[in-house]
Order: sequence, then C-alpha cells, then structure tokens
Amino acid sequence: MPTRTVALASAVGLHARPAALLTTAVNESGLDVTLALGAGQPVDAGSILEVMTLGAGHGDLVTVSAEGAGADAVLDGLVALLTRDLDAE
Amino acid sequence: MPSRPDGGATATATRVLHGIGVSAGTASGPVVIIHRAPAPDPDEPATTDPALASRQLRAAMRAVAAALTERASTAPAAARAVLEATASMAVDRGLAKAVDRELATGSGLGRAVSDAVDGYCARLRSLGGYPAERVADLQDVRDRLICELRGLPAPGLPDLLGPRILVARDLAPADTATLSPRTVLGILTEVGGPTSHTAILAAQLGIPAIVQVAGLADVEDGAVVGMDGSLGEVLLSPSDAEVALLAERSRRRAAVLAGPGGAGATRDGHHVALLANIGTAADAARAAAGDVEGSGLFRTEFLFLDRATAPTLAEQTAAYTGVLRAFGTRPVVVRTLDAGADKPLPFASLGPEANPALGRRGLRLSRVREDLLATQLEALAVAHRATSADVRVMAPMVSTVEEAEWFAVRVRAAGLPAVGVMIETPAAALRAEQVLSAVDFASIGTNDLAQYAMAADRLQGELAGLLSPWQPAVLQLVQVACAGGRATGRPVGICGEAAGDPLLSLVLTGAGASSLSMAPSRVAAVRAALRLHDLDTCRRMAAAAVSARTAVDGRRDVLAMADPALADLL
Repeated sequence: MPTRTVALASAVGLHARPAALLTTAVNESGLDVTLALGAGQPVDAGSILEVMTLGAGHGDLVTVSAEGAGADAVLDGLVALLTRDLDAE
Repeated sequence: MPSRPDGGATATATRVLHGIGVSAGTASGPVVIIHRAPAPDPDEPATTDPALASRQLRAAMRAVAAALTERASTAPAAARAVLEATASMAVDRGLAKAVDRELATGSGLGRAVSDAVDGYCARLRSLGGYPAERVADLQDVRDRLICELRGLPAPGLPDLLGPRILVARDLAPADTATLSPRTVLGILTEVGGPTSHTAILAAQLGIPAIVQVAGLADVEDGAVVGMDGSLGEVLLSPSDAEVALLAERSRRRAAVLAGPGGAGATRDGHHVALLANIGTAADAARAAAGDVEGSGLFRTEFLFLDRATAPTLAEQTAAYTGVLRAFGTRPVVVRTLDAGADKPLPFASLGPEANPALGRRGLRLSRVREDLLATQLEALAVAHRATSADVRVMAPMVSTVEEAEWFAVRVRAAGLPAVGVMIETPAAALRAEQVLSAVDFASIGTNDLAQYAMAADRLQGELAGLLSPWQPAVLQLVQVACAGGRATGRPVGICGEAAGDPLLSLVLTGAGASSLSMAPSRVAAVRAALRLHDLDTCRRMAAAAVSARTAVDGRRDVLAMADPALADLL
C-alpha cells in the first residue's frame, strides 16, 4: 500500500485549520486514507475528530497511507499539506 | 408595547424576581427561552436493527449539519468560523463509525450518540489546549443530534423574530458568540456568577443582564417581563406604568452619560485616569478609538493560548507594536503572561496541580520558565523602541518584595522604561509600601484580591456573595495598598471589575487609587459618577465602606452618601 512518512510542520499541531484542511482534502479525494502518529494505530484521515484526537504536535512523525486509483498522487498532495505550516498562512 | 400573551386571570398582579445584576440598563419585552439540552430518552428501546439505526443516524447528522451551515451563512465572521467547524463535526465519519460501534452492542440510538461523543470528549480533554476547547462544540453537536432524533426543537439560541429578552439556565459560549444588542434586549439566567462568561460578554456588549434569578424556571416562552440590570430585578407582566418607568430610567441614564468626555476627575478637579482593559489587538484598536486615557491592563495571554509552541519574538514584537501604536502617546500597562495550571499552555505546562489558583501561575511560572518572560520582554523592548510609546510592564501574581525585585531587574535590563506589579494577593496589599519600593507603580486586581482575601474560588458562582468587591476586608486591603502608594510616592491603580462600577469607583478614588482601568463600555458611567462628587466625599465613602459591618451595609451606606443622580448610572 502506498505510504508516506513526514514530520508535521504545523506550529499548532494537527488540529484547528490544519486538521480541517487535511480532512477536506482526504474527503475530496474519494479514497480511504489513514493517518498514524509514530508507530501508533492508524486512524481515518477523513475524520476531523479522529485526526484531532490523535494529538500530533509540531515536528511529530506522521504516516499517511492510501489504497486505490491515484493513491500516490493523493498522498503527494497530502504530504504537501502536512509539510507546510498551514496555520501561519 | 407588545400585547401580553398571558394577560388573563393568572397575570393580574405583578410579581418581582430577584437576582444579581451583572450588566446595567433596563429593558422590557417578550422573553424567548433557550432550551436546555435534553438527555437521551431514558425509555429508549435497545437497537435491534443496527443498519436501520445507522441510516437514521446519518440522516440526523446531515440535518444538523445543514441547519448549522444555514446559521453560519448569516452569522458575523467570527461566529461563522465556529458554526462551520461545528457543522463539519456534525457529519464527521469518525463520529458516525463510533456511533455504529455503540449500536452494534445494542445501545439505543440516542444513548449511542451520547456515549460516542463522550468518548471523543474525554480524548480531546486529555490533550488540553485548543482540542480541549472543542469539547463544548462537540457537546453542542451531541445535543443537536439528540434533539433531531427525538423530534425536539434544537437547543440553544433560536433565530429571533424580533427584539427579545433571553431566558436560560445558563448560556453556552456557542450561544453568546452570535448575540447582538440589536435583537437581544436583555439576558436572564438561573445560574452563573458576576464573572461568568455570560456576565462579562453582556457588559461588553452593553446588554442588561441578571444572573442567578430565583424562580426564573416558571417564566413561560413569550411572556412579557421588565428588567433592571442595575437593581437585579425582574418584573413579571409589568404594567404600562412600570414599563414607562423602566424606559424613563434608561433615558435619565443616557442623559447623565451624555455629559462632556475627557480625562477623569472629581467635581473639584482631582484627576483619576480612566483606562481601558484590553485583551487583543482588535480590543486595542477599538478602545484606543474611544475616549480613554490609555490602557491600564493589556492582557497578553491571547498570543499564547491555543498554541502548541510559544509565539516567536517576531510575532510578539509585531503584536505589541500594533497595540502600542494604537494608543499613540497614551500609556499602555502590559501585564506579562498570566498563565498557570487553570489556563494551561502545552509548551509551558508544569504538570497538574491540586489547587491551580494557589499554584505556579503568573510570575511564579515566569520564574520557572524564564525563557518565556525573556522573549516577551525583548519583544516589548523592540516595540517600545519602534514606537517610543509610554509602555509600562507589570507582573501578575506577586506576593513578596523578592519577587518584585526579581521582576524589576529583568524589565529594567531589557531597557523598558517603567516596571510595576499587580497587587492581587493579601500579602502584596499588606506589604505594598515595601513592594512598591522595588518598582515604579502597582495595579490592584480586585477580582483575584477578593478571591485570595476571602478564600473563595472565583469560578464558583455560588460564592458570589463572598467575592463581592464590597466586602469590607477586600476594601480594607485596597486602602492599605493605596496607603503604601502614598508613602512611597508611587501610583497605585485599579484594574479589576470593581473599577468599572460607578459607585465603587468613588470608594476606590477615595481610598487613593490614581487610575481606574475597566471594560471600555464602563468608562462613560464612571466618568459621570466621578464628576458628580468631590474628593472629600469620595474619601468619606471609602472610610464608610471599610468600616461597614457587612458588604451589603457598606454599599447601602455609600449609596446614601452619593448624589441622587448617581442612581441612574447604576
């Protein structure tokens, strides 16, 4: 399954606007995407509550995984979101 | 005036309900009741067809989200973001799946929603900071879903068909986000205290409000009431004459307030600076545009809350420069970070404490996390150099001379022109003369001073009586602190809620306060109150309030000494 692991750039961690932008992008992709913090259990990256309650902070390593047509392109887009400080923009 | 919907046999005699007036002004009109959120139906049957229940759930989720999105489309910008975020939670995939798991165990639909939401709330709370503050929004989603599933009207603030007086057990932050003085004539709640969210917001918006109204539960939707937020009185089914009297009181108040503006002074010309309390850059811009002599309390917490990491030097410098520039040459008293276990910051947490109010908060936290204070002082110094503003820096939660000295050394080393301390502990008040010898000025925070003098938690609405700033013990501490100011020749101001009370402002002036800093909406009434009295009267009022047997006696005695026109300002 295509997978990417990156350090979270958002200064506020993965909640508020950064979390909303991520889940919106996942839901627009139409794919099932999971998100894991470190070696933790993956959660549904399309759920704002699951993403927020992950408790990922600035600099934490997070892993996104997706399956299906265009999974690589979708993950590349999500990585671009996760590696920008979305709240500062 | 609107016709009385209950003008029949039951409403012939006026009845009066009493509460604690927390925002002055009068109003009369029909009430709208804000419904308390219902619990899941206790007689709800167990789920036998999870697939059907799951479809019902998703329909309810879509309906709730649609209603929230609809409200967001007409809400002011600040409230829109809150409502849109809440709408996205209402259709959250994770929530739907969590409810499905509860349904699979046989829970009824309402119970399943409630349990699934509680699970997320516990996880959000354990994260602290921004995620923990979303708990109220998620609970709002739960309440709306349960109402939708039970076919009940949505909880919270309905769309107002015209000007109304809001009646509620208490108001949730989500309700108050959209309040407008144009449609909300007044606010009445069964619970809540004078420093509750509702009370502070109502005072800021200038909406009359009374909290802890006994017997409010019996008032029916649409009933006409009159209210006086100064006296804390609610008139049920008021007569035309009573409505006219309330309106007359509002008119007289407006007339007294319409006097000339400018610097605060007693009738005989004793100057008392009238300053604004501010908490954000937007507050600063609004307050600075008004008729105030500066800011006596700039709370810097707004930069730090809801964040995982401390704001950078550049970020703080930009924010402080903006605030200082807004006030031009007028003084701005900046309070350094007042965080602690009750306002935890993820990047400055010292771990949980059993008694946060008595723990490592304010300056005590700064002494452990000196890096945070150093960055803040450097940012203020850069902002000061960029603006040449009259900036004065003070520390919260100071108890001893050593703490004052520790702070003063750092502020002066940063190149800042004036350093002071908050007097909010009885220790600092009693030792004001010694504490002031280490700094340039002091400011009394009456809310915390009352909390610590009376050993009564500010967050406990039931303790409002003990927390009254009229408590003679609290006013005696104010008097002692001001005497310390006179002995050292250093100014002592007031920056708690008490400073914005027209009657108390006279007592505080008489006790020797050099400035009064308050919510900007209070300044006009305090200015008018000062102008009606000379300094000698204020001094006699201070003496009477301190020597009074009780808080209630003190207020009554001082009111008896006041100019009759003052009653219109209260």
